[in-house]
Amino acid sequence: MLQYTWLIPVFPLLSFALIVFFTNRYKNLSARLAIGAIFLSFLLAMGVFFTALGIEGLAEEPYRCAFSWFPTGKTSLEIGFMVDPLTAAMLAMVTTVCLMIFIYSQGYMHGDRLYSRFFAYISLFATGMLGLVIADNLLLLFISWEIMGLCSYLLIGFWFEKPEAANAGKKAFITTKVGDVLLFLGMLLLYFQTGSLTFETIFERVNHLPPNIVLAAGFLIFAGAVGKSAQFPLHVWLPDAMEGPTPVSALIHAATMVAAGVYLVARTFPIFTAVQGHPALVPVAIIGAFTAFFASTIALAQNDIKRVLAYSTISQLGYMMTALGVGGLVAGVFHLITHAFFKGLLFLGSGSIIHGVGTNDMMEMGGLRKRMPLTFWTFLAGMLALAGIPPFAGFWSKDEILAHAFDHNQVIWLVGTAAAFLTAFYMARQVFLVFFGQPRNTEIHAHESPPVMTLPLVVLALGATLLGLLGVPADMPLLGPLLGNNPFHRFVGEAFEATPFNPQVMSISISVALAGLALGWLLYGRHPLVAGQTDPLERLGPLWVTLKNKYWIDEIYNATVVRGVILLGDLLFAFDQGVIDGLVNLTGKATVAFATINERFDTYVIDGLVNLAGKGAVALSTLNELFDTYVIDGLVNGIGKAADILGRELRLIQTGRVQNYLLLLLVSVLMLAGVLMYQ
Amino acid sequence: MIPLSWYLTVAAILFSLGLYGALARRNAIAILMGIELMLNAVNINLVAFWRYITPQEFIGQVFAIFVITVAAAEAAIGLALILAIYRHRQTINVEEIDLMKW
Repeated sequence: MLQYTWLIPVFPLLSFALIVFFTNRYKNLSARLAIGAIFLSFLLAMGVFFTALGIEGLAEEPYRCAFSWFPTGKTSLEIGFMVDPLTAAMLAMVTTVCLMIFIYSQGYMHGDRLYSRFFAYISLFATGMLGLVIADNLLLLFISWEIMGLCSYLLIGFWFEKPEAANAGKKAFITTKVGDVLLFLGMLLLYFQTGSLTFETIFERVNHLPPNIVLAAGFLIFAGAVGKSAQFPLHVWLPDAMEGPTPVSALIHAATMVAAGVYLVARTFPIFTAVQGHPALVPVAIIGAFTAFFASTIALAQNDIKRVLAYSTISQLGYMMTALGVGGLVAGVFHLITHAFFKGLLFLGSGSIIHGVGTNDMMEMGGLRKRMPLTFWTFLAGMLALAGIPPFAGFWSKDEILAHAFDHNQVIWLVGTAAAFLTAFYMARQVFLVFFGQPRNTEIHAHESPPVMTLPLVVLALGATLLGLLGVPADMPLLGPLLGNNPFHRFVGEAFEATPFNPQVMSISISVALAGLALGWLLYGRHPLVAGQTDPLERLGPLWVTLKNKYWIDEIYNATVVRGVILLGDLLFAFDQGVIDGLVNLTGKATVAFATINERFDTYVIDGLVNLAGKGAVALSTLNELFDTYVIDGLVNGIGKAADILGRELRLIQTGRVQNYLLLLLVSVLMLAGVLMYQ
Repeated sequence: MIPLSWYLTVAAILFSLGLYGALARRNAIAILMGIELMLNAVNINLVAFWRYITPQEFIGQVFAIFVITVAAAEAAIGLALILAIYRHRQTINVEEIDLMKW
């Protein structure tokens, strides 16, 4: 089974090619093709997943299949795929979420002018993500990474007629490129030092390298992850990416691509832990925890339903980074997978709401609980999972991270817990604003979305509710043994020590989450906002303004980085104008002057010589002409006349009678014979 | 055994008859027949020389077969030409067929 893993990304690639080249005109066919392809990938991924479940010790000895791609100097670059429990779990998650979102897109994108193109793009995206997951070397990983970056750009700017969407696409592309370049430098450094890009070889050789080089490589790889996973300070692109269609936000900017950064760190974890004391993990933990808290504060003050979720995504990705930073690889990956389900669900739910009401502004909504019951219940499941209420999935994964952090660094744990409180609060705010009370805009007549959109919601809601039970701590009384002693950890993280069950941390995080929900209910639930009423949080004054404006990070970047780059551009332009153009013009003028001198020389000296030679030739040719006329022509005419006279006489033999010719022949032969005989 | 010269004599007589026919007759078909006679005279020579001088190698016979083949082709083309001329000019008298004159 495992040897067919490489086919998983190939199916969506085929459907991408088919849609682009052949079925672009047939919208339904294109959509079916894309869904069919991802369904095949899904089946294959499930097969791989269950096969991997049955193999003992896959984590220590992953299944590998690679071939040499092209030689580079003394070494040769290999390309190939590998399957270990991390890959298998990611494959199962990515294909499931992709399948659901592909199905959902049929409804959401219905009637769009570029319907086929949309499915082509998301198919290509799925290729990138799946390729990234199965890659066994940094090269294939980086190629897939960039394919996703491209798809992200194309899909954020999918409605490119809107200037905001086009700009958001560019912003996302350029911002993530900052990280990508650093990641590429990290790759080059590792290749230079270890002579290979294959994970296995790198991990083996990295232990013998000088520590500062390994540290540098770790930082560079982490910088790539910061860009892709929208961690502070490169987080600014993700909220703007919400200009894209909602399935895209769900698929790329919540569930899969942004998690690729986390996956990258998890995959290259041995590089981070190669140096004694794990100094490479320190920035991961600090940036992760800071981002988790920082982004959740911004999420409090957003009114755009998708932007709240976008900041929440940034914050949750921060959690995953935190988990990796404190060494909790399994906790981080577990949160990655549960988060993919519940955040995908929340985004699809918000898409269903936007589809129903036609606006993104939560202040315009309200009272949708009755109008969109299915959306409401599934959204609620996702919200409880994100807020960390047991037994929903997010609770178990977030608690595992917090418990791990508590054991390693209590400051990080404290920041994480504060962020968890804020998470519960802003999600309560969102749910109360959207679903409770009365509609604040009476012109909007909301309606439930078609089944093709609600079905994926239900499937993902099941995942968001139940998936966490796979990761219940094994030593938790009663529940642990009942649920199979933490099967997720036993599958993915055999090599790592399981986080012990910590009743103290668990009770604190439950109470914090409940407190967040309670505060949300107090402010937004008890007396739902009516039309025209302002947000109760505005009483925070300047703090509210700061949060509302996202700490002015965009403005700061505009004033510093963007202005700086533009200034540099202007400077270079001026340099071009003044110095380079001046030089070019000088060269031009010098050439003109030289040409003038040359011209004079030509006119008087060269021309004089040429004319002299010409005159000599004319005289000579006159002589020649006389010779021609009398001698040569005389000869030629004489030959012609001779031939003419001869022809007149000789043609008389041509009588036209066959027998005369034959007779002539006979006489000639006889004469020849006579000559031969009497010779 | 009949000596070789007898064969050569017969062939020479036959050749002369053919030559005379080809030169003296005015009917185009008769000229063709004369040519056939000459070709066959040559065939007799070829076969006779083969038989008397190099009986181990089949060169003479092979040549004779070639000649017969060529003669057949030549007769076919000749007759076709004569037919075409007759259709145009209602005659096959070679005295009257002198369009190729100077």
